Amino acid sequence: METAFTPLQSLGGGALIGVASVLLMLTLGRIMGSTGILTGFFFPSSAADWRWRAAVLAGMVSGPLVILVFAGHMPAVDVTVSTPMLLIGGFIVGIGVTFGSGCTSGHGVCGMARLSPRSIAATATFMVSTFITVYVVRHVLGM
Amino acid sequence: MRILTAYVIGVIFGIGISISGMANPAKVLNFFDVAGTWDPSLIFVMGGALLVTFFGYRLVLPRPAPVFDSAFQLPTGKLLDGKLIGGSIVFGIGWGIAGFCPGGALPALGTGVPEVFMFVAAVIAGIFTARVVSKRLS
Repeated sequence: METAFTPLQSLGGGALIGVASVLLMLTLGRIMGSTGILTGFFFPSSAADWRWRAAVLAGMVSGPLVILVFAGHMPAVDVTVSTPMLLIGGFIVGIGVTFGSGCTSGHGVCGMARLSPRSIAATATFMVSTFITVYVVRHVLGM
Repeated sequence: MRILTAYVIGVIFGIGISISGMANPAKVLNFFDVAGTWDPSLIFVMGGALLVTFFGYRLVLPRPAPVFDSAFQLPTGKLLDGKLIGGSIVFGIGWGIAGFCPGGALPALGTGVPEVFMFVAAVIAGIFTARVVSKRLS
């Protein structure tokens, strides 16, 4: 399905993602990486470690509700793939981010902003890998 | 105070993800579909997030310590190994198949759309599996 080009919303939303990343470093001294925060929620190093992760995750989930209050509607979530693809894709994502030590937020935003060679390499790799996968799924397999 | 701060930061992140379009897999997949229904919006998400974080980190990281902790917890690894690259290739395949990445999907749980819960459950299963496999390998 076609989606509208939204440069201003995307820039503004991206800037807020940046604000959250900077604030988490300023206050708790942590990388705003979704993979790391989620993994540490299940495997915390202490009770205090679990609490801040749970709080960030609860905040994330509240985001769309704030949008609902101010805009009067939930943000769009248009799932264009089948349930098996969603489950297989999710499982593969979980494996990949664990071995790759991060995802779009941890490597792509926080790590790239620190000019970390590992994060630059990881981000370049998964962007190319995603691009090829989408091409193959949509234009070779025609799914 | 520390927990309230963490919650508010999560809310800001969740609002950012929601406004930016990262919570919408149709939009994410279209970013990568240059040969089809291309939507370049996500480059603006990355641009906005990187710009703010790049300059913000330069103000924050020279400080002696974060507000609520004794030291900044930064990854120290330098090695560009097969695990990093292989894991990133695998992540990209999953992202390309499903259209969600973890940062997009976790806030999207708040919309209550059932598919998001299925995706996140599958991600968690993948994380647990990878940790078991990783321990066996080492």
